[in-house]
Amino acid sequence: MAFLFFAYFAVVSIVAGILTVSLKNPVQCGLALLALLLHVSGLFVMLNAEFLWAVQVIVYAGAILVLYLFVLMLLNLKTDDRYFHAKTPYLLAPAAIGLAYLVFLLVRSPFSGSRGDASTAAVLLNGDAHAVGIKMFSDYLLQFEIIGVFLTGAIVGAIVLAKTPKSIETRRDA
Amino acid sequence: MIPLSAYVVVSAILFTTGLLGVLIRRNFIIVLMSVEIMLNAATINLVAFSHYLESMQGQIVALFIIAIAAGEAAIGLAIIIVVFRGKISTNVDEMNLLKW
Repeated sequence: MAFLFFAYFAVVSIVAGILTVSLKNPVQCGLALLALLLHVSGLFVMLNAEFLWAVQVIVYAGAILVLYLFVLMLLNLKTDDRYFHAKTPYLLAPAAIGLAYLVFLLVRSPFSGSRGDASTAAVLLNGDAHAVGIKMFSDYLLQFEIIGVFLTGAIVGAIVLAKTPKSIETRRDA
Repeated sequence: MIPLSAYVVVSAILFTTGLLGVLIRRNFIIVLMSVEIMLNAATINLVAFSHYLESMQGQIVALFIIAIAAGEAAIGLAIIIVVFRGKISTNVDEMNLLKW
């Protein structure tokens, strides 16, 4: 049963990723990206990361994607005839070969390492959000504060960048 | 039980898709969307290793990735709006000057 769910989420997210890259209309690309984000959040649930599932749906699918769609519809882009790079066929073959070799190597790798203290049973005891919160506000408190400052700076920067220049406004008034 | 390598392979395929999108698409907004695909692939990797190696660190870093993706989207879209205002195009081939 778990394998069926994994196969569904994996296949749909890969197909949605390919559609995001290959569709012609930018709004359709945005909707394909939405499908990808939702199915990746399904993979998070399969990995016992319910808190990340919620964050992915709220922040990625809810906020970031709406920002993308808002800008796409604000700019009202016309679809170009040449929307791919001129040398696309020459890029696809090396990408396919490289990916095949990478997948071959990844499937063969044993992937082991030292285990941490958050076993599945320990995480399920109080829930994933509790485990993430305890770790975030003890060992990663400084990084958490840095991310807060970073986000504030990013928002201020975005507002300053997108603000209408003053000279144009005064010209319109005159 | 799903092996860890299955998640890593899904993540590798998604990352390659995003990388190809950055390289072949000419619309700046689609290029940013492809970057989001790559960030999501990295997040899948981190969460999968966090689950299979029984450590919480991967999920913490995944949360930081989502925060950074939000900042990147805000700044990138603001830059697109500024460029679009000066020159009516979002084609990355036509953006070849830092100042005009």
